[in-house]
Amino acid sequence: MEETRWPGVRIPPGPLKGRKKMEVRKHVLVPPHELMSEAEVDELLARYGITKKELPRINMNDPAIKDLGAKSGDVIKIKRTSPISGISYYYRVVIEE
Amino acid sequence: MGKRDTINALVKRGVSEEDASRLADKGYTLDKVKRAGYEELEAVLGGNTKAVAEIFGIQIKEKEPRGERKKEKKEKATKKPELTSEKEHLGEQDVRNKAEVFAEGKLPPKVIDKIAKALADKNVNDRIIEKVVKETLKEYERARVDAGEAVGIIAAQSIGEPGTQMTMRTFHYAGVAEINVTLGLPRLIEIFDARRKPATPMTTIYLEEDIRHNAEAAKSIASQIEVTTLIDIADLGIDVINMHVNIIPKLRRMKDRGIDVETILIRVKKIKGIEAKMEGDTIVVSLAQPSYLKLQSLIDTLRDLKIKGIDGINRVIVRSENEGFVLYTEGSNFKEIMQIDGIDKTRTVTNDIEEMYEVLGIEGARNTIINEAYSTLREQGLVVDMRHIMLVADLMTCDGDIRAVGRHGIAGEKPSVLARAAFELTVDHLLEAGIKGSVDELKGVSENIVVGKPINLGTGGVKLIFKGK
Repeated sequence: MEETRWPGVRIPPGPLKGRKKMEVRKHVLVPPHELMSEAEVDELLARYGITKKELPRINMNDPAIKDLGAKSGDVIKIKRTSPISGISYYYRVVIEE
Repeated sequence: MGKRDTINALVKRGVSEEDASRLADKGYTLDKVKRAGYEELEAVLGGNTKAVAEIFGIQIKEKEPRGERKKEKKEKATKKPELTSEKEHLGEQDVRNKAEVFAEGKLPPKVIDKIAKALADKNVNDRIIEKVVKETLKEYERARVDAGEAVGIIAAQSIGEPGTQMTMRTFHYAGVAEINVTLGLPRLIEIFDARRKPATPMTTIYLEEDIRHNAEAAKSIASQIEVTTLIDIADLGIDVINMHVNIIPKLRRMKDRGIDVETILIRVKKIKGIEAKMEGDTIVVSLAQPSYLKLQSLIDTLRDLKIKGIDGINRVIVRSENEGFVLYTEGSNFKEIMQIDGIDKTRTVTNDIEEMYEVLGIEGARNTIINEAYSTLREQGLVVDMRHIMLVADLMTCDGDIRAVGRHGIAGEKPSVLARAAFELTVDHLLEAGIKGSVDELKGVSENIVVGKPINLGTGGVKLIFKGK
């Protein structure tokens, strides 16, 4: 990191590519994603009386679940926060593109 | 249980015979005593209540120091979650825990939060909390959308009607000086059509906390993002006598943008088929076989040579706002911008939904759709309930990637032939269905209206089953 004449200001040298990766999951617009266990999934499907096929989907290489190690067919639990309903949970099944 | 048995049972547990018979006389059985509140017992027993209450673990209501009471409560909570009839001032968290138990998972966390806030530090007991929760639950069930309600139609109308009042064609300077942003109906159409590139892409860049108020730092980051071409920082000229091109750097402008002559030289040298070298303050670019025409085209190439910045960002504007300096860019390249050091990577956003999807994923895209649609309507003074927009956004993103609302997306992917034909391109869909021999299952709404059957919604969604004897 290059020293600059402004204290606390860091300006990276050189071209902009290949710098450290941003953490997608920290962004305010990305709610927490969480991998569900088999038992939790069974309970969920039973609660709503549906099959996995009827759940909303998420791509396997979605940036928000990249480091969760989710396989096709896993279910992701998403903790959404909205001004209207406060905290609510949304579920997406992982699909291959 | 007879009176005698009750007295015996009470005595066995250590209640004096006198108290036991008094309780039995009042019609108390062993169970009833256990469940009774302190005041209730006091009415019967008077001064002896404390001893009896202690035996049955009934909370004693006496003025005690607060700390001790709390301790007792804690002990009790771990022992048994029985109904206390004792009124007490519970903390918010205690009320929330209790309310959660009574709601049995039927109330959303936000409603329980509201109950907890309302009842915290009020004189309440479990029965009151239970009653409040039950009443709330009743109201909640009433306020909920009924099963079989056509929420999609309601959402469509709720967004569509205010849409008719929007200015048809607005190009506005939305708060940000000088940056042109599409607003109004064109923007709304753009969002719901899931266009790849918005007509006026724009990024809002927030800075990290430690440099938020530093004007120099903001400027320096802006200069890293904004595309600087050679013509911005140097004069170009053809030397006709020696048949080469001179690049004369404008030192002041270069200093402003943090570029030195070396950088320019390196960049220029990357162009194929030329030779560049420093001669004093100027860079001399020569060709192997120069001609006037070739030099002229070389100048054109040099003029647009990118020296610094991120592709696609034509302009950056630094504005001082309440929280500090905020950068607005004309043009968007979210992926690259998010790599830059010093920007707040948790809040920086773009209005390009496709880019948000690529960088942040489907949930980030959904939130962007909601925010963009809502603020577009809002900006025109139209108030649409956010839930309608959320429904549309959910439908647009439920496939894992972004689908448009119109015939290229959601409406065009309906399984029913008649529903698609009823929407747009009627003949095309019917013809294709005829060629393929498609089957319509008549499960949706439009297709049932087409054939004149009751629809599967609202009152039509209810089926009667006759159970014979």
